[in-house]
Amino acid sequence: MAKERKKIEFQKVDDLPPMVQSQRSMAANPTGSWRNLKPVIDLGQCIQCTICWKFCPDAAIDWVDDNPVINLDFCKGCGICAEECPKKCIAMVKEGK
Amino acid sequence: MKKVMMGNHAISHGATLARVQVIAAYPITPQTQVVELLSEIVADGKLKAEFIKVESEHSAMAACIGASSAGARAFTATSAQGLALMHELLHWAAGARLPIVMADINRAMAPPWTIWTDQNDSLSQRDTGWMQFYCQSNQEVLDSVIMAYKVAEKVLMPVMIVLDAFSLSHTYEIVDLPDQALVDKYLPPFDYKYKLNVSDPHTYGGLTTPDWYMEFRVKMQEAMEQALGVIKKEAVEFEKAFGRRYDPVEPYMVEDADIVLVTSGTAASTARFAVDQMRQKGKKVGNLRMRLLRPFPFADVREHLKNAKKVIVVDRNISYGYHGIWAQEVKSALYGHSKVPVFNFIAGLGGRDIFPETFVNIVNQVKKMKRPDQELYWVEVKR
Amino acid sequence: MKPTLPLEELMSPGHLACQGCGAGIAMRTTLKALGHDTIFTFPACCWTVIDGPFPYSCLEVPLLHMAFEATAATASGIKAAMNALGKDKTTICGWAGDGGTFDIGLQALSGAAERNDDIFYFCYDNEAYMNTGIQRSGATPYGAWTTTTPVKHFKKELKKSIDDIVAAHKVPYQATASVAYPEDLYKKLLKAKDIRGFKFIHIIAPCPPGWKARPEDTVKLARLAVQTGIFPVFEVDGGKYVQTMKTPNRKPVLDYLKLQGRFKHLQESDVADIQKMVDTRYAELEKRFQGC
Repeated sequence: MAKERKKIEFQKVDDLPPMVQSQRSMAANPTGSWRNLKPVIDLGQCIQCTICWKFCPDAAIDWVDDNPVINLDFCKGCGICAEECPKKCIAMVKEGK
Repeated sequence: MKKVMMGNHAISHGATLARVQVIAAYPITPQTQVVELLSEIVADGKLKAEFIKVESEHSAMAACIGASSAGARAFTATSAQGLALMHELLHWAAGARLPIVMADINRAMAPPWTIWTDQNDSLSQRDTGWMQFYCQSNQEVLDSVIMAYKVAEKVLMPVMIVLDAFSLSHTYEIVDLPDQALVDKYLPPFDYKYKLNVSDPHTYGGLTTPDWYMEFRVKMQEAMEQALGVIKKEAVEFEKAFGRRYDPVEPYMVEDADIVLVTSGTAASTARFAVDQMRQKGKKVGNLRMRLLRPFPFADVREHLKNAKKVIVVDRNISYGYHGIWAQEVKSALYGHSKVPVFNFIAGLGGRDIFPETFVNIVNQVKKMKRPDQELYWVEVKR
Repeated sequence: MKPTLPLEELMSPGHLACQGCGAGIAMRTTLKALGHDTIFTFPACCWTVIDGPFPYSCLEVPLLHMAFEATAATASGIKAAMNALGKDKTTICGWAGDGGTFDIGLQALSGAAERNDDIFYFCYDNEAYMNTGIQRSGATPYGAWTTTTPVKHFKKELKKSIDDIVAAHKVPYQATASVAYPEDLYKKLLKAKDIRGFKFIHIIAPCPPGWKARPEDTVKLARLAVQTGIFPVFEVDGGKYVQTMKTPNRKPVLDYLKLQGRFKHLQESDVADIQKMVDTRYAELEKRFQGC
């Protein structure tokens, strides 16, 4: 299932399907702009428990090569990962300007 | 094969021949025989269909919407309060572009409770986007169910088959049941291009901003406009296949008529009988039966009323604070095209009988007037 | 450590859920259990908006949006069609909020349960009509502030016992779940997938704006709801009650209530009342867990 980032633009009535039918993924909508705080993971302390990954409501943590990687395009900065981390090795830091 | 049957059973047989795949219905007098016979037909294995015994009419339409969205041919039937309960979802089925077919047995709205016929229930739904076919015989009812699926699946808009309570639903007439093989040839299986499909997943009916909502509504109107042409073409195709012809309107002796009655449902057959009687007395009267409410056959109405000196629309319904609904539709179609005076008579509400004499009296009353001096005239009301 | 749930996502990021949305976790976990051969229908609810506007969607499975009251009936219709079309292996799910389940959707739910239609019915419960701006529902607990139960008239009615209502229909399978215990939900769904008939899954899904709680506390609240006995997590499999997340030393309800602004106005006596209500209900359930 490709998660295309393409934005779709319709030009006119005849471009549309007969009824409201989705055409593309919401992966075209980078919700990273929502956050004020961003999670920073100290991989040195991380025990790869997968807890942060499983609780993210936005599927914005990827599990890559046995490590969590925050997808900053989409992370809304809710802080659940930091709160649930058993090692408390995720810091929520203020977004830079 | 010719059989004697009630209108409700004509619906059941029509749905069976149309090979409906999902039926979801809730009983209401006088529709109950439709679903009772269908239950038997399904139980006997004569129709391979899933029959959901829903717990309300709103759920009946919801289940039909779910089923049709998944690509199955869906069917339901109801009346009056049941149709009114479905109202929200009638808008939904049309907006979702689902070719659902429903039979509405015209029953008068409560309060007070009534089980007899008038047309307020179906006419109140005329803005929802459903096509509406008004029938005058059990043969027409059965044939209409089959035609309805053909048309609906071509243009992707739902269809309501409308028939009078008791005068048609419970009246036994001779009906010719076409061969299943002939029907299969005329009506292929439903192949819905936009069905819910795990191999090609989409979301249907999502939030749509003012940027695009209107364009989708344009498409619905265009589908209805296209439907008029499709219905006319299918009338010819159906006649070729089955030998019976159903045009959007049915003119009777209108070409040289001074006064033309405009009627629908079983009242139209009574009107034709009265026309014959009046013609024998030398009165030049005609009748125009309205079969199609939506899409409205503007051109046909203008054409068949162009020679009339007076038009009398006899409505078995009323829009309170205005007048009869068919009269509104006809007047609006004639505006700018004809200055013929249109008289509106309201008759037969709540199932009160309409007799041939009713029409004779109406015509006599109108003969005395140059133009209407009231917005509407009540027929045979006890004062 | 290996992830306890499949890695594959059937839900993309970029959706419109609030920060810390419990309903987001619920859907994500559910999709991992049910997989691609699944069709959803939603009523009007938060997820109507979360999925995204036309022409986008965040789900990788087909979804039919439908009217508010109609979830269970719509799902029944989809299932009937899929059976008629010979596609009876596909899992059909109604996915509704508490409004569309406890209140306006209750009739359709009861009808489908009574008919034992072969569908999943999920209720993600954030305890109020959140999508329309936090108005009270039949699922709103005693004591809660909502916009229609302001502080001076906080909700005095008890939360409707939807699990008992569904159980009265004698459905083959029902369960409660919490977004704090995704593995428990996952396991239940894998089992339930193979059960034919009506399956009801009631998931507590905390809502930061509606509960006036910090977004980062969503999972903590979903855990405390269970640990205090306020939202016991169990399943009823063929009529047999089994508590799947055991709570031997229940925490005091205050631990849960104090983290939510919607309970801020409660007096000590109110909290004591709530404790008593929870204890009574929990004792009732305990009897069923013990097979009585």
